[in-house]
Amino acid sequence: MSRTMFTRSLYQLQNLSRSNGLSLHSSSTNFKHAVLAAFQPLLHSRPYANNPQPAASASSVDQAELAKFAAIAESWWDAEGPFKPLHVMNPTRLTFIRSTLCRHFGKDPFSARPFEGLKFIDVGCGGGILSEPLARMGASVTGIDAVEKNIKIAQVHADLDPVASSIEYRCTTAENLVEEQMKFDAVIALEVIEHVANPDGFCKSLSALTKPHGATIISTINRSMRAYATAIVAAEYILHWLPKGTHQWSSFLTPEELVLTLQRASISVEEMAGFAYDPLTGQWSLTDDISVNFIAFGIKNSE
Amino acid sequence: MSRFIATRRLASNIFVSKSATRTFCNDAPSKLNDVPHGSQFNKELEDEQGFTNDIPQYDIAIVGGGMVGMALACSLASMPLTKQLSIAIIDSNPALTNGSSIKKDDPPDPRVSTVTPATISLFKGIGAWQYVEQHRHAYFDRMQVWDYTGFGYTRYNARDADKDVLGCVVENKVLHKSLLSCLQNKDFKKTIYPTRLSSMSLPTRSSVSAAGASQSKSLANLAKLELSDGTNLYAKLVVGADGSKSHVRELAGIKTTGWNYSQSAVICTVEHSAENFCAWQRFLPAGPIALLPIGDNFSNIVWTMSPKEASNHKIMSEDDFVKAVNHALDFGYGPHPESQVFGSGVLSSFFRPDVTSSANEGFELPPKVVKVASQRMAFPLSLMHANQYASKRVVLIGDAAHTVHPLAGQGVNMGYGDAASLSNVIADGVAVGSDIGEVTLLKKYEADRKTANITMMAVLDGFQKAYSVDFGPLNILRAAAFNGANVFAPLKKNIISYASGERRLPFLS
Repeated sequence: MSRTMFTRSLYQLQNLSRSNGLSLHSSSTNFKHAVLAAFQPLLHSRPYANNPQPAASASSVDQAELAKFAAIAESWWDAEGPFKPLHVMNPTRLTFIRSTLCRHFGKDPFSARPFEGLKFIDVGCGGGILSEPLARMGASVTGIDAVEKNIKIAQVHADLDPVASSIEYRCTTAENLVEEQMKFDAVIALEVIEHVANPDGFCKSLSALTKPHGATIISTINRSMRAYATAIVAAEYILHWLPKGTHQWSSFLTPEELVLTLQRASISVEEMAGFAYDPLTGQWSLTDDISVNFIAFGIKNSE
Repeated sequence: MSRFIATRRLASNIFVSKSATRTFCNDAPSKLNDVPHGSQFNKELEDEQGFTNDIPQYDIAIVGGGMVGMALACSLASMPLTKQLSIAIIDSNPALTNGSSIKKDDPPDPRVSTVTPATISLFKGIGAWQYVEQHRHAYFDRMQVWDYTGFGYTRYNARDADKDVLGCVVENKVLHKSLLSCLQNKDFKKTIYPTRLSSMSLPTRSSVSAAGASQSKSLANLAKLELSDGTNLYAKLVVGADGSKSHVRELAGIKTTGWNYSQSAVICTVEHSAENFCAWQRFLPAGPIALLPIGDNFSNIVWTMSPKEASNHKIMSEDDFVKAVNHALDFGYGPHPESQVFGSGVLSSFFRPDVTSSANEGFELPPKVVKVASQRMAFPLSLMHANQYASKRVVLIGDAAHTVHPLAGQGVNMGYGDAASLSNVIADGVAVGSDIGEVTLLKKYEADRKTANITMMAVLDGFQKAYSVDFGPLNILRAAAFNGANVFAPLKKNIISYASGERRLPFLS
């Protein structure tokens, strides 16, 4: 989808949701609904953005997903191991985060440590591959993950660099921190929402952790045909970049669904970008094409 | 017994400092920002074990403060993202610290470099070119290349490719001094260690996991350099800019590929009766002789020949050498090519639109050498390329990574290209918070420069081999190449733009 198409449909959706009628006119989404209806028996039964669940579940943690990650935890920092795609994609994600947050907080983009004095939280930090660069950019970072092994690995690796050893790692969930009433300038949850049981509740927790007028950044994979072909078939079965079963296509969110979910959690999405992979150079780059991997930057409404 | 108690006290201190980080997120950062992590622990270590831990730590240690090493330092100092990095420069050359300046009437040094327009714009970008222009330097906009067979010649003019100059010839000491002055005038954390590197230890998985407490673990993750005067230092990244016999490359275990040319180059400064504005190169059976203008009435000779001949030419009398040079540039070894002035015959009607202005210039003889103006030096020539440019916490630039034949004046320009590329890669790394010594980041530099360098080396090596054989059909082929390059504008433009450093690969836009 091009950026203009996205902005137009975003406005359409915002207008529609305000008028409380969810009749979506665009033919592409009708087609998507038809396809989903056809596949309904095969999909996990899970709440979609257009059937909001009551936010009653205490945790959005999915035990089966946790087990998948615990199995390969040792290899987080092996740049050639099972997490290689994440390592290769990391600089591109950080470029988006750096540019949107520098602009949002009014920081000098040419400074080497622009986030001095800001508190960030990396939700689903894994081995800390996002937390460490953020700490090097000056932020006070808290990293949380529901897998104990990941936190241990993250701590060991962070101790290798004096700047990174200031990162606070905790094995907990976003919901627990909400109960502790913690607040952050920026809440970042990359490649997490497709693994949680209840994305609606998860977004509400992220919102509760964000200070008013703070930033929330979420990245995930689009629930599109193209994403099925690339992120699941190609990445898991053909190229073996990811272990089979890492992602469930039914757990993916479309950008529209993510925007609506965040809107219900009082976060308005300001900017979105996609990641494209160039097989010739082996590099990822930021693009307007959000049909596969995409990242969204939102601002929490001031209360 | 007391040692046991001491270690237990240390152990409890470790746990104390670690548990301080387990408080709520709101409190922990402010506490840690006041007290650098582990410094309290440090003092304990000093007192208990009489062991000092204040070995200086730098972000980057540049081993070799020559032209390319200094260009890297200057380039890092000129970019906002990298100018807060702390740099150590390790070089025992007294010129780095004695603060001497070059006087205008110093005789020209025979070691010169031809700087391409790409390198000139790099220097201008980092603010060092203004210093070069204060000393002797010579822009040239014309070049003539021919060989001993007399079958053909090529004249290049900067106007063929819509440029002002083909390059500038500058003494190496001027380039070095300009970079040093530029660096000293910048507000940049640099420390010069006037000594040599004696050994280096790089982190490996086993050394890092073997290190005990957290402080020494983070140090075990850095590169440790031991210098020959006994100083030690730690660095996140070690840059090997220490020349073709690089010690850093040897210590990092990076192997090289290459071969020796059975040739040596004799270099010397000579004087004419009038100023020389053109660069001349004649390919002789044993190797090319080049005459490059360096300003005032001086020119620089780079004459490639067999090693035995080279030592003869080094020790022969100055008059004999002058005669030999004039002979080599004039009628020596073969006749002059015939002047080809374009514009006659059937062919001209086909090619008129594509003919360059310099195709109309006839063949000219280079100016006569009047006397020798410096000592003569000779050094052996070889081709060398390191198999990798980067490994964990080590990266190679300049001659440490590659050496080439001087026949096209590209060697140090490739080195400057490396320095520019590496400083950009480091800036990109700092922008996204990477550890600058990580191999994945350094491999980006390698991917960028390796293709360009290997292509250039292949082209130069091809020329060297093509011109070292005296074989009838090959001579005619070379002559055809000369004439072709002289006449066909697109080919000439392509050659000029590739040699000027504007494009990384020849013939592909």
